[in-house]
Amino acid sequence: MPHRRLSLTAAGQSDYPHGFTNELIHCQFMEMTGAEIVVRCLAEEGVEFVFGYPGGAVLNIYDAIFKQNAFKHVLVRHEQAAVHAADAYARATGRVGVALVTSGPGATNAVTGIATAYMDSIPVVVITGQVPVPAIGMDAFQEVDTVGITRPCVKHNFLVKDVNELALTLKKAFHIASTGRPGPVVVDIPKDVTAHVAEFAYPESISLRSYKPVLHGHAGQLKRAAQMLLEAKRPMIYSGGGVVLGDAAPELAELARLLGYPVTNTLMGLGGYPATDRQFLGMLGMHGTYEANMAMQHCDVLLAVGARFDDRVIGNPAHFAREARRIIHIDVDPSSISKRVRVDLPIVGDVRHVLQDLLALVRQSHEKPDAAALNAWWTQIELWRAKHCLKYNLNGSIIKPQFVVEKLWDVTAGDAFVTSDVGQHQMWAAQYYKFDKPRRWINSGGLGTMGVGLPYAMGVQLAYPDAQVACVTGESSIQMNIQELSTCKQYRIPVKVVMLNNRYMGMVRQWQEFFYGSRYAESYMESLPDFVRLAESYGHVGMRIDRPEDVEGALREAFSPALKERLVFMDFQTDPSENVFPMVEGGKGLSEMILAEEL
Amino acid sequence: MGRHIISLLMENEAGALSRVAGLFSARGYNIESLTVAPTEDATLSRMTIVTYGSEEIVEQITKQLNKLIDVVKVMDLSDGRHIEREMMLAKVRAVGAGREEMKRIADIFRGRIIDVTDATYTVELTGTGAKLDAFLEAIDPALILETVRTGASGIGRGERCLKV
Repeated sequence: MPHRRLSLTAAGQSDYPHGFTNELIHCQFMEMTGAEIVVRCLAEEGVEFVFGYPGGAVLNIYDAIFKQNAFKHVLVRHEQAAVHAADAYARATGRVGVALVTSGPGATNAVTGIATAYMDSIPVVVITGQVPVPAIGMDAFQEVDTVGITRPCVKHNFLVKDVNELALTLKKAFHIASTGRPGPVVVDIPKDVTAHVAEFAYPESISLRSYKPVLHGHAGQLKRAAQMLLEAKRPMIYSGGGVVLGDAAPELAELARLLGYPVTNTLMGLGGYPATDRQFLGMLGMHGTYEANMAMQHCDVLLAVGARFDDRVIGNPAHFAREARRIIHIDVDPSSISKRVRVDLPIVGDVRHVLQDLLALVRQSHEKPDAAALNAWWTQIELWRAKHCLKYNLNGSIIKPQFVVEKLWDVTAGDAFVTSDVGQHQMWAAQYYKFDKPRRWINSGGLGTMGVGLPYAMGVQLAYPDAQVACVTGESSIQMNIQELSTCKQYRIPVKVVMLNNRYMGMVRQWQEFFYGSRYAESYMESLPDFVRLAESYGHVGMRIDRPEDVEGALREAFSPALKERLVFMDFQTDPSENVFPMVEGGKGLSEMILAEEL
Repeated sequence: MGRHIISLLMENEAGALSRVAGLFSARGYNIESLTVAPTEDATLSRMTIVTYGSEEIVEQITKQLNKLIDVVKVMDLSDGRHIEREMMLAKVRAVGAGREEMKRIADIFRGRIIDVTDATYTVELTGTGAKLDAFLEAIDPALILETVRTGASGIGRGERCLKV
């Protein structure tokens, strides 16, 4: 039990001055308050930004933050946004995002952010204040059982009751959040613990006997997988968020090109394979392309990499024609394997390591893919692709939302970071912005959290100040965290908000049109603000675009050097009746798509 | 829908039990019984869970349990030869002619009478769940005043050990 031996010794009483300054960062043993320990641990972890909001239970920590300059604190306007921004920072950079909130409502406000990060396996450490240890369980002011509330939506959580455990716990938190299948970790720290004094020591590394993620795949399974891949007549590669999070995009591309096999990405996996590549069939799933969904359904060998066969991706498993193909599944999390769809060849391991090993085996093999079969398969795929399932009607004087996303791609040369909220605009962004690089597409895939777009854009822009960052949103989603325009003002975060304003909760309206006899119950957004003046009131640039011919010009202006330092809020008045196609109804199989032309 | 008895070792941390219990309720798994106590190594607790489910579900249960950060090791005892025991305390009415009969039945089941009053016996009985059920079926239900059961504990036979 190595981690127990690392426990720090209790601090004795002493009059040692424990004011925290940066010169002390590399001293080995010294007494510090819990608050100073928190700040010091974050510095040791190389944290750049802490997104947070102060309150009673974290005042000691904020006082310690005031006295340091190792990291920058970003004051959000709502704790939910703090966690979203930290989450986006992690998605874009691959490093752990950090949020700091107070007890009670601070913690409950953070829960949506935590659950969002959990569903998409994002490494985030959330530090929550707690009432002092003696007050716990007394229904104290701003007390809530944070560990209990967050338990089902964290990778792990801790309540630190002893200052001597604090540094080690934070080390564990960063280790757990960032390794294996990543995820959010909550560290709940009572106020008195932040005042108590302990000797500080921060371990370089840590090993937990109960937590040892697997890196390398099983050698025998890898061999069988290489064999199975080379035997395929109608192969298909299906990759998910795991390839992006596991930094395995180069290996995936290398394998796909070596074999000449078609690739599809999940919503979370976009950018994991270059979207402009000929071997890419587009996104699959509920709003996936015709060719990707048909190829999934008709392949004979399916290689699933860092994906989890979820309901929005493969539809009803009973309609997935399980027996018709052999499935190889690579994932770092064994519980993702054979959860919804039984697979033939599981490989547990870090996707990058597994793909590297698989590549080596395929290269060494004397066998080559069956060229004739592969040709026939590509011919079939091209027939499916020829349906042009993403084409839409451009005629008329009304702005088509798809057109805005296509123009955004043009104007940003396909090289922007794009965050989105949740709904129709999210699907259009996913379908029409062709992501060639991983970590460029930042959205809430699993939890589907409206309101993430703007705080996501903040987290990304702070991480990459010179990058083009677009937040594709809708008039409904943006209002769920619109207060963050104030944060953007304070820190001069020049994101470009691309709002597709169709005056409806578009995806709700679409389902009501299809499945509820066009009874649009509560999905029309009445009483919208004047978004231009709203943006201007925060000191930002507002634009309203009503005509298709003005779309490109507005985008060019927004992304021009003249407005590089400014947040630009573009209110595109789009067609309220537009729907997202193709569509696989809930409970149906992947090949049972509704196409635009069929309506 | 087979019955499975799963043993696990976990860090003896506050809240560890609620992580397991929460996992079962959040994912809709069945729990028939769950017992937990510290082991000879005070840093570890051992838990025995009896659950029902298809092979797929039980596979998911063991995977999800393994995924909990505090869980050190999981073993599905039902995968091999194992022994399980459960303890029951049964307080029964013991008066008149029935008093002697109650003692005899307790003896037949190798129960021990651990508390006696003029009118009651408290019988301590150990065995498989089925044996405890059989005892309760063997006596007149009207005579059962109170029962308490521990739920099953299990251990592998022979060299099959769940150890860190």
